[in-house]
Amino acid sequence: MDVTRRKLLAVGGGSTAAAAFLAACGDDSGTTTATMDSMGSGGASETAEFGKGDIGILNYALTLEYLETAFYADVVKSGLFKGPELETIRQFGREEAEHVQALTAAVKQLGGKPAPEPKAKFPLESAKSVLELAGTVENLGAAAYLGQAANIKSPEVLASALAIHSVEGRHAAVLNTLLGEPITPDGAFAKPADVKTVLKSVEPFLVG
Amino acid sequence: MSAEQQTRSDQQTRSEILAKGALAVGSIYGATMVGPYVRRALAMSGSSDIDILNFALTLEYLEAKFYEEAKTRAKPSGELKSLVDLIASDEQQHVEALTATVKKLGGKPVMAPKFKFDYSGTGGFLKLAQTFEDTGVSAYNGAGPMIKSKEVLAAAGGIVQVEARHAAAIRLQNKEEPAPAAFDSPLAEKQVLKAVEPFIV
Repeated sequence: MDVTRRKLLAVGGGSTAAAAFLAACGDDSGTTTATMDSMGSGGASETAEFGKGDIGILNYALTLEYLETAFYADVVKSGLFKGPELETIRQFGREEAEHVQALTAAVKQLGGKPAPEPKAKFPLESAKSVLELAGTVENLGAAAYLGQAANIKSPEVLASALAIHSVEGRHAAVLNTLLGEPITPDGAFAKPADVKTVLKSVEPFLVG
Repeated sequence: MSAEQQTRSDQQTRSEILAKGALAVGSIYGATMVGPYVRRALAMSGSSDIDILNFALTLEYLEAKFYEEAKTRAKPSGELKSLVDLIASDEQQHVEALTATVKKLGGKPVMAPKFKFDYSGTGGFLKLAQTFEDTGVSAYNGAGPMIKSKEVLAAAGGIVQVEARHAAAIRLQNKEEPAPAAFDSPLAEKQVLKAVEPFIV
């Protein structure tokens, strides 16, 4: 857990990709080989500290899905919601948990080591602030998948990522609707988010 | 961007993709999903990026026309009126972007077919809208892995996410679950065309 947090912080905190590589090599022997391979081939992919190639992308997505799953579980427990809104939150939480399972299986399928579940704590003050946070998380999650789609090499992994990406888009639209915000905040073409931006946004919720 | 990534689909033969795809997707969706996926992949794998873009353009023509017409015909009011206006504008922008991309790749954009939508009232409109949006999402998700150019794939991704957002918003209007499953399964071109054929005159 510590390791993941440090890795996330290293990237999210604005260090260079190379520094993140080094941090990853020093911190976690389990990912050293993959990281070294990436360095050797000269490819400084955005998700390299999560693993090589598609494994790195899947582990990056897995880390985000772990955070979403934990967030919704905490929200359900908070007692801030009831009725249809609680049902929506439960449903979204179940779907994020399915994404975690699918991504874990996909990493293993590719011969990789699934990223560990990060420790996280979310501010749960009021229903409104929680919905706002959920909206931020879902819009960011959709943008994160979009940011990686074109980097994925395997058509099978891409098919799976796309099947998840559009569900994150659906979640985001529902939360935007509940918040009275535009369902398509970027207009007719959704914008991607890069790894650094995404990790910086989730950094405040990581504990270690 | 590496040449390796640009030719992602070219590197593997169809059978390699199918064999490996069946395994990977089997692990993700469960074994029952493998058969349909293989058929879907088979249906799309011979297509060029221009073919795929023209296929998407046809769907966007349909949606653009459907929502443009609905502005008066479906008699939307209040919140729904804003939604219809928004979606109509988004779909029209998709038509323009796809047309421009086909031209940029040296292709010839397909012409808009003539459409006829059989529905009555706001309820009939919403029901059909849900079908079109959900089908659109699955169509893009099915085509995505067959796209060769990274730029085209990124652009298609930006569109499909918007279609998914439309789908969720329309489903909310229908009091249906906005995200009924954890995965938006892909549809092959043939299945999509079969779904939209009844509306092409």
